[in-house]
Amino acid sequence: MTGPAGGRPPALVLDDVSVERGGRTVWSDGTLTVAAGAVVGVIGPNGAGKTTLFQVALGLLPVASGRIEVLGAAPRRGNRRIGYVPQNYTSALGDAVRCRDLVTLGLTGGRLGLRPTTAAERARVDAALERVGATEYADRRMSEISGGQQQRVAIAQAIVDDADLLLLDEPLANLDLRNQQEIVRLLGELHRERDVTIMVVAHDLNPLLPVLTEAIYLLDGHPHHDPITDVVQEELLTHLYGTPVGVVRTAQGDLFTRAAWRDPRPRADP
Amino acid sequence: MTALPAVELLAVEFQENWLDVLQSSFMRNALIGGSLVAVAAGLLGYFVITRQNAFAAHALAHIGFPGATGAILVGAPVTLGLAVFCVGGGLLIGLLGRRVADREIATGTILALATALGVLFASLASANAGTTTSVLFGNLLAISQDQLVVFALFTAAVVVTLALIARPLVFASVDPAVAEARGVPVRALGLAFVVLLALTITMAVQVVGTLLLFALVVTPAATALRVTARPTRVAGVAVVLALASVWGGLVLAAMVDLPPSFFIVSLAVLAWVVVLAATGRRRAAVPRAVDTHHPH
Repeated sequence: MTGPAGGRPPALVLDDVSVERGGRTVWSDGTLTVAAGAVVGVIGPNGAGKTTLFQVALGLLPVASGRIEVLGAAPRRGNRRIGYVPQNYTSALGDAVRCRDLVTLGLTGGRLGLRPTTAAERARVDAALERVGATEYADRRMSEISGGQQQRVAIAQAIVDDADLLLLDEPLANLDLRNQQEIVRLLGELHRERDVTIMVVAHDLNPLLPVLTEAIYLLDGHPHHDPITDVVQEELLTHLYGTPVGVVRTAQGDLFTRAAWRDPRPRADP
Repeated sequence: MTALPAVELLAVEFQENWLDVLQSSFMRNALIGGSLVAVAAGLLGYFVITRQNAFAAHALAHIGFPGATGAILVGAPVTLGLAVFCVGGGLLIGLLGRRVADREIATGTILALATALGVLFASLASANAGTTTSVLFGNLLAISQDQLVVFALFTAAVVVTLALIARPLVFASVDPAVAEARGVPVRALGLAFVVLLALTITMAVQVVGTLLLFALVVTPAATALRVTARPTRVAGVAVVLALASVWGGLVLAAMVDLPPSFFIVSLAVLAWVVVLAATGRRRAAVPRAVDTHHPH
């Protein structure tokens, strides 16, 4: 396990970064620092460049200008300290792979040659599956389990190599409310136990609010970074999504956002 | 309408001397050649299916057709013509878009052009119908000693390369997005795979022919995948099924003196149908798992 947060380099540093794709600027003027151990929501409308931010951090896309550091070094493809769960990930996995095999690939998938998986490696795979609660269906095919279970297996694959930074792209999409809450609770537990930095791309902030410490929101072509209480404001969210969004704080101090749109027609009496 | 000329059905007779036929030199070559192809095809089948390359495999066989007839036209060995066109076509398909829909349209177009070229070359070379038929339907009983040497080299190349890249290739095939992020050279592996596939198809075309190749390259692995999802076991079961189809097909062909292609393909398809029927019921009986609470 890594040392106390104070001694660790930040998980992500952007210094005046701009990113282009196909000659088009996706976003620019990105200057922010995500401290080690943060849980960050990455929010913004469709096409704002949330996934692009992950691709830059993973070294899959070079920045057009500016300086970027991931876990204290320049981004590089194949960084084993990053665990990654892509968008629409689990639906793309077919009939031809067992949950256990998929997690094992996260540990040994890049290795050449025929050397079989060692007992130590199998133990790490078992531990990761156990940690996400997937032991029971570890030997089933990915196509045979439910969406929430698939997401757990995907997270097991991301943590099996003891990553210091988890990048999860829309992990709650297509999940029902209960499964969303369980995945969020799992992320919170992983954060506490392993002191990892977690970045989550999401459309809907609500289910994530219990665990988020801060948010990066992509607004008007620039990434902004603020503590979560600053982000969850009606004006900002309304501007961000281009549709009225309201914020509710309950008596217990829980934050919720809600669509503020009201049907203007008079309510018909029964 | 003019009446078709009357066709006299050849009598299908059991060959009393089938054991002697099996021991003849052409049968020996057919067994060795067919076995080499079965090993390579069985090993690659898992990847053809997981990479959604089944249509590309089918197309590559057709792309080999003008290679074979073109080779006859210029007086080159048929295997060489097949190999050049299959590898070239494979690289072309490999470089096409990653989206399956884009790839399939382009692949289909290349396939049509290749078949047209094949017909042209066959006509120019005034190749007789027998030559064209043997490319389209295979002629395992005419495998020569020289072809066997080439087959052995190709199969060795497939086995050795796969032994080296199997794990990253599985990763890149079932989970390309994460594999790429983890630094696996997804694109280079894809090209390497398509070259291996082209070499295998070059052989398989000569065994079962362009039109029937699917049954040797895809069907055994599809059958195996119904039984197990572990890549090594799928490869093992697929190799056994492909070998059994080739051997069984040759024995049956010797017994009744009919084309081995028919029996090889029929046995492979029979195994698939039987396993499909058996596992289909079992799978249907297992409901999609329901999420359960896992408090920690």
